[in-house]
Amino acid sequence: MAAQVPTAYYLVLAAILFSIGVGSFLIKRNIITIFISIELMLNAVNLTFVAFAHQWHQISGQIFVFFVMVVAAAEAAVGLAIIIAIFRTRQTLNVDQIDLMKL
Amino acid sequence: MQSLSPNILALLPEYILTIVGVLIMLAEPLLPPASSRKPLGWLAILGTVAAALASWCQLHLGTLTAFSGTVQVDTFSVFFHLLISAIVLVTLLISLDYFEGSARHAGEYFALIVFSAVGMMLMTCATELLLVFVGLEISSIATYILCGFRKGSATGAESSIKYFLLGSFATAFFLYGIALAFGATGSTSIAAIAAGLATTTTPRLAFLALAMILIGLGFKVSSAPFHVWTPDVYQGAPSPVVGYMSTAPKAAAFAVLLRITFSAFGPMEHRWAVLMWILAALSMTIGNLGAMLQRDVKRLLAYSSIAHAGYILVAFTALRSEGIAAVCFYTATYAAMQVGAFAVVTQVTGYDEQIRSIDDYTGLALKRPVLAAFLGLFLISLIGIPFTGGFFGKFYVFSSAVHSNHVWLAVVGLFNSGIACFYYLRLLAALYTRPATENTRLDRSSRSLGVPAGIGLTLAAAATLVLGIFPGHFLNLAQRAGAAPAPTSAASTPATVPPAAVTLPMQ
Repeated sequence: MAAQVPTAYYLVLAAILFSIGVGSFLIKRNIITIFISIELMLNAVNLTFVAFAHQWHQISGQIFVFFVMVVAAAEAAVGLAIIIAIFRTRQTLNVDQIDLMKL
Repeated sequence: MQSLSPNILALLPEYILTIVGVLIMLAEPLLPPASSRKPLGWLAILGTVAAALASWCQLHLGTLTAFSGTVQVDTFSVFFHLLISAIVLVTLLISLDYFEGSARHAGEYFALIVFSAVGMMLMTCATELLLVFVGLEISSIATYILCGFRKGSATGAESSIKYFLLGSFATAFFLYGIALAFGATGSTSIAAIAAGLATTTTPRLAFLALAMILIGLGFKVSSAPFHVWTPDVYQGAPSPVVGYMSTAPKAAAFAVLLRITFSAFGPMEHRWAVLMWILAALSMTIGNLGAMLQRDVKRLLAYSSIAHAGYILVAFTALRSEGIAAVCFYTATYAAMQVGAFAVVTQVTGYDEQIRSIDDYTGLALKRPVLAAFLGLFLISLIGIPFTGGFFGKFYVFSSAVHSNHVWLAVVGLFNSGIACFYYLRLLAALYTRPATENTRLDRSSRSLGVPAGIGLTLAAAATLVLGIFPGHFLNLAQRAGAAPAPTSAASTPATVPPAAVTLPMQ
């Protein structure tokens, strides 16, 4: 039997993925890309849940992942609809140009 | 009523509201496009009143647990159920006439408000973080749509996308916090987390989890430094929606925060109290200083709501039962005056919202004296002048902080209340000043105050006054909420299997 990968490796990978998500959320200027980085953060969370569920021998962590997936899908549906609405009114998806409201 | 199973009884208000929401959604396409959507609004109002009555009945049943210990209905959750129902009721009343003739599919608006209320109620009675998460998302997703409800309005869509992106960003942090708490304690149930923290071998991981959860919920209650979305979102969203989303989701988020901090992470209070201290001081200061620079009334009220989130966070540094009671009381008074203020804004600006700045409001008392008087009352309460709810709210919050030896935080809060006088009084003075040039914008928007909106405004004003003149009865309810027992693990026991010997990178 091959040696198991330690749980910590998965946790570090998830932390890196989460940080990439946070970083690209803050840096990227296209709304779709920003939206993708949120999905990346959610998937990092899922990986953390699965890793910990394996470590604790608890199924509840894996169940949580299913809920996160379902809710992320619902959020994507609403989010893409809002993105379409913003494109219809502003003809752009660049967050720097979506600045009608400033002090 | 006793014959019903606990699973039905415990979530009865949520069931009622869900059924009403689905009925409205089904009836909306059946109505002819040109006909009024008011009957659907009245159906939503009826459902909200029924849900509030059901919650009131739950008060007499003691503590109920259902769904294998994931739901706990006690005085604490009933308090927030009643508060959320009241906010929804007033919001529905003031928005009945709002969409008349201006928007199609207004039925969806009523359904979305009701659905988001279901999510918030689930948040307040959940003792399992999974259910908290689902409730948070139900309420958030409905609110994202409500922000952009004025189709075709560029500011509405912008407000919606900003709220959506930052809200999802915050949710990801909240979820990561739950995942780390699961890693540190082996469970996502609040009771089991509290039990697991005592024996955890990874306290740093638990603290990191709490910090992540605080970031996530900090966004939802718009506390500084997580407040940046608030002014833009509030400015672009329809006024009745702003009144709703600046109070009800915050009340629910504060309820969750109370449960998570005082119950789940209670053993770590000495560590998170410092974080709360910083968040509270920052929110109060940034909110009040930011509000002083604003010319737009909705943005001004947005910054003031950041400051009020700060006042509420002050109570988190207090002792358990006193702090919870103070948070409950302040959340309720804040809801009454904030919903009331935005109800007046709704009536003044109408659907198109051409009237924005403080200059546009100048001389409102001459044109529409009743509305100006209402707005004046809410502003006085927001300042915190005695005989209004705002005064007693601030009083209980600051005294609870002093009782737990956080005197400096109370001093910062009192200074901030002084600063806040400045911008509230500036708006108040503008209302009662004769404009230099004839203000024609006010004439154009003038519509007479409808009966439902009048009832809603009167309810908000009555609540503000009653909380200020006779706070005793209501404070009693808040104290009972504060004394509600922490969730105990009935069915869900903490994991007994010790974690495999892994070396976590955090240690």
